[in-house]
Formats: sequence, C-alpha cells, structure tokens
Amino acid sequence: MKSIEIILQNETGLHARPASEFVKLAKSFEAKITLVKGGKEYNGKSILNVLGMGAGKGTQIELRAEGKDEEAALERLSTLIKAFSE
Amino acid sequence: MKATAVSPGIAIGKVFLLKKIEVESLQKYSDSMEKELSILEKALEKSAFELQELIETSGAKLGKDDAEIFQAHLMILQDDEFVQTVRDHIESEKLCAAYAVMKTADEFYIQFMNIEDEYIRERAADVKDVGMRVVKSILGTGTGLEAMPDGSVIVARELSPSDTASMDSQKVCGIITEGGGRTSHAAIIARNLGIPAIVGAAGITEQVETGSFIVFDGESGEVFIRPDEKIIQRYEKIKISRENYKKLLMQFKDKKTFTIDSHQVELYANIASQNDTSAALENGAQGVGLFRTEFLYMNRDSEPSEEEQLEVYKKVLLNMKSKPVIIRTLDIGGDKDVPYLGLEKEDNPFLGFRAIRICLEKKEMFKKQLRAILRASVFGRARIMFPMISCLEELRAAKQIVSECMQELDKKSIEYDRSIQTGIMIEVPSAAVISDILAEECDFFSIGTNDLIQYTTAVDRMNHKISELYNQYNPAVLRLIKTVIENGHKKGIDVGMCGEAAGDEVMAYLLLGLGLDEFSMSPPCILNIRRLFSLVGMNEARNDAQKVLEMKDAQEIKKFLEERNKKIAGK
Repeated sequence: MKSIEIILQNETGLHARPASEFVKLAKSFEAKITLVKGGKEYNGKSILNVLGMGAGKGTQIELRAEGKDEEAALERLSTLIKAFSE
Repeated sequence: MKATAVSPGIAIGKVFLLKKIEVESLQKYSDSMEKELSILEKALEKSAFELQELIETSGAKLGKDDAEIFQAHLMILQDDEFVQTVRDHIESEKLCAAYAVMKTADEFYIQFMNIEDEYIRERAADVKDVGMRVVKSILGTGTGLEAMPDGSVIVARELSPSDTASMDSQKVCGIITEGGGRTSHAAIIARNLGIPAIVGAAGITEQVETGSFIVFDGESGEVFIRPDEKIIQRYEKIKISRENYKKLLMQFKDKKTFTIDSHQVELYANIASQNDTSAALENGAQGVGLFRTEFLYMNRDSEPSEEEQLEVYKKVLLNMKSKPVIIRTLDIGGDKDVPYLGLEKEDNPFLGFRAIRICLEKKEMFKKQLRAILRASVFGRARIMFPMISCLEELRAAKQIVSECMQELDKKSIEYDRSIQTGIMIEVPSAAVISDILAEECDFFSIGTNDLIQYTTAVDRMNHKISELYNQYNPAVLRLIKTVIENGHKKGIDVGMCGEAAGDEVMAYLLLGLGLDEFSMSPPCILNIRRLFSLVGMNEARNDAQKVLEMKDAQEIKKFLEERNKKIAGK
C-alpha cells in the first residue's frame, strides 16, 4: 500500500466538479483508493463518500492506494488534486 | 390562502396532485433475499437507462443545467457505496428492495444535510431523487406526471428535476409546491418555462384532490381552492388584461425613455449576479444602475480572487453590450455571515463596521476588487460606486486606493478605462446634507432609498412593530432627496437612484418631477415606468413635485401621488 498526505489548496476543496473528476480518475485504476480524513476512511471511487467527507479548502487528507497500479494511481490522483483551480 | 409568488402569471385550472411515495407505505421485510437482489438489479438497470435518455433529451427541452443534474444522478446511481449499502440492507436486515433503497437514500441525505456547504446540500436532494426513481421503477409506477391532462395545475410537496423532466410543459398551466423558495428547482424551472408558480403553500396537498378547480396568482401569491364562478370570472378578466398590458409594454422595450415633452431620463436595472443581465436586457434596461457584488463574497470559505472577479465583471460588461454598468463595491456588514472576514457580531450592525468602512480597513481585499473592475473596464462601460459614504474623508480615501490600483496596473502595462467614472451611494443622511461638497469630488450620485429612509427616520425596516414609520413619503426623506438632486445638478453630475422607490410608479413620478436623471430598479418594473413616463408632461411633474414638497405629512403626500398616478396611468 502507498499513501501520501495532501492539504487541499483549491477554493472548493473536494466538492462539486473537483469531486467528480477525482472519482472518475480513481475509478480508472484497479487499485483500491481510500481517502482518510480525521481518522475516518472513505471510498475514493464513490462520489457519495467523497462528497460526504465534507473536505473543504485547507482540509488535510491522506490518500491511499492499494493494488497492482497503486503507484501510478497515487501519482495521477495527487497531481489532479494539486491542479484543481476552482 | 397566500403563498410565496415565484413565477408571475395567473393560473386557472384543475389540480393534478403529485403523490409522494411514503416510506411507511412500503412493505418492509421480504422472505426471499435472492428475489429482492434481482429486483434491485433490474431496477438499477432500468433507472440507468432512463437517466441516459434524460441526459440526451433534457438538454434540448429544459436547458443544459438539467443535463448536468442528470449526469450527477447517474453517477450516484452507479456509485459503489450506494449500491453496496442497499445490498447490505437487503442481505443483513432482510429488507425489501424498495424499502432498502429508500432507507439508503435517507441515510446519505441526512449525512449530506449535516455538511455546511450549499453544493453538498443540493446533492442531498439529488440522492433522494435518485432513490425515488429506483423505488418507482421497482414498484412499476412512473413519476405520475405522465398521465397529466391538459390545463393542469401541479400541486406537490416538492418537484424534483426528475419530476419536471417527465412533465409535458404544454399541459401545465401552473405549479404549486409546499416547500421551496425562490431558488428551488420548481421555481427556476417555472420561470424558465414561463409557467406561473407559487411555493411555500403549507398544507396544500392535504386540502386538494386531483381534478378539483384551483386559481392562483403568481404575482401576489394568492390561492383559491375550489373557487366559485365569480372568482374564476374575475381572475380570467385579470389574466386577459395583464396579458394585454404586457403586450402593450413590449412596445416600449427598445425605446429610449421620454416624457411627452421630450425630457429624457435613463432606466437601469438592479442586478445581483452575472445571470441577471438577460432579465435586464429583456426588460429594456438602458444600463445597470446597481450591480451588487456581495454574492461573490458570500457562501464560501475564502474571499474571491482578483481573477475570479475579473471574469464575472467582464461577463456582465460584455453581456450589457457597452451599456453603462455601475458596479457597487462590497457592501457587507456584521448582519451577514461571512466567516472568513472575521467580523465580530455587533449590537448595532447597521451603524457599525460595514461596507466602505470594512473595505478601507481591509485594503488588500478592496484593491483586489478594484483591480478586477479596472481590468474588466476595457470590455464595456464600467463605473465604480462606493456604498455607505458618510463623509468626504471616506470618499477621498476610497479614490486614493483606486488611483493606487491604477498605478499598479500601469506598472504592469495592463489596460483599463482611464476615464472610468467613480461615484457614491447617497444613503446616509450626513452624505445627503453635504452632497454639495461630495459632488465636487465624484462623477455621479446614486441615492439608496432603503437605507436613507431607515437612517433618516431612525426606523429599522425589518422591525415589524414600527413598520408604519418606515415610509418613503416621509417629508424629511423627500427634502433630502431634493437636496441631493439639486446639489448634484449644480456641480454638473448625474443623480440616480437604486432603491426600491425608483421602480415604484407612484414614487417614480415624484422623482421625475424632482429632476432625477437615472432610475435603477428590478428588471420587471422597467417597462411599466417607461410607459408611465411617456404619458407625463415635465412641467406638470415639476409642479406636482413642488406641491408635494409643501405638504406636511406622509399620508397627505401618498394620497395625492396615488391619485395622480391613477389619472396618468389610466389603470
């Protein structure tokens, strides 16, 4: 399993469009994608879970990937989060 | 009965009651888990198919936004966690498929509603809508709206996007919901489709049944359940005369605003977001007299960036096609909740740290807004307006910051309109009293009547106990308005008004007589005022204004002006 800590810098955090873009990308990987906020785990491939986190700007989250393509998943997903502009 | 009017027009028709499926009415337990799982799979498949179809067809029917809503619905429907939670409920609790779907949708609904974020709360309604779609698919019922006859008034607790997408708008002559507000889905759709609608009609679904007659007014919010013949006839007449009047008004749409004797004034629109420009133009606005920028700052965690504001101002200026747009800088105070500004709750917010007072202190934030306006100014005719100016020092300080912003842009060789006008709101009595002094150092005035009345008469306009005292005909207020107009004209600057009084036909006539140059109002009022002015002679208006100024109390003034209005408007 691979993991990385990220602080959400964009205005909307993981809401709205960024949330659905994240989930779409997460689904393209075989690895299990998990987001951890405040000790609670959320399924990164579920839009309901990602929105239900309520992760706004400035939230610290841990991004985990577990599976064959975990390395690529982690890199692509963390790059996506950092590139969010809205 | 009275409800909140959200889409104008009169509806006369037969009720079509949209019944909601209640969770209590569903069978709870099942004896065959396998059977329920297979029912669920089929319903999920069918729902996905329906949504795919809606995504393709709704774009043409209801607008792009709806296609986006159904995209979101499809994503929820195919969400791993959603489907898995439903399956878990079926397997571990032996629930029926429909019951398990409702339960799951409710659980996510509650979770989302507990998050302090407007976007996510909207998604909560989506989860319920998706759940309902699957349940209906399981039960084999449609939304119910498919069978609606012609000339129906839809009565429902709420209308979801799925509901409105399945209704044939040709058959709907009105919409009534128990819940919702001006921005609820039902209200927006009704306005887009031009269907009369009222919301917040508490308990109405209990009082009517499908097929019973109903009449309501989408302008006043009045509802008549099972009306008698007299009421129906009365409203049919009103309906026809309003439609005729609307047609008459449309003749004034692309005209300038003249009195009989060719005195010319400008009628502008008040807008509160970039989406309001189409309403302004459709109603014949000659410009925007008040662009409220508060929406940019509210319901968010941090202040808007310069770039974000630039995009919004640019869009408004481009939409208005080189018509003037008066952008009011941030007008916010302790009565509004904008957490990231760190404003303290004040005992007396209307006399406290607000509007220009905040901006002069939070200079960096103010400069972001000013630079954004300046940069946008090359795309149209922008004007800058400062709210709540109460003394010359504030005006000078604000203008100083504008010139600092200009210098910064110059350094970076960024283009802006060098002759951009800066003006002020006159809404504090002290500013009205020294308007001769202020007029020397700004390019225009815009009188804000709502606050000017409240500050002049010391009446909180939200306080119902003293609402009688809040009166636009108060002679002290009228004298101040007269002073401001005269002082502005002496120094050669235009004087406008962007309070509610400017769009009120009884009051607008007086303001015309007092010499007001520009009237800014909510878009639907514009054509009515333009027509009214076309029937007025300037000499008469001036004489009447003089008479009013000699009157001693508000009641007398009101009565006089209302009689005048009746005579002129001929209604």
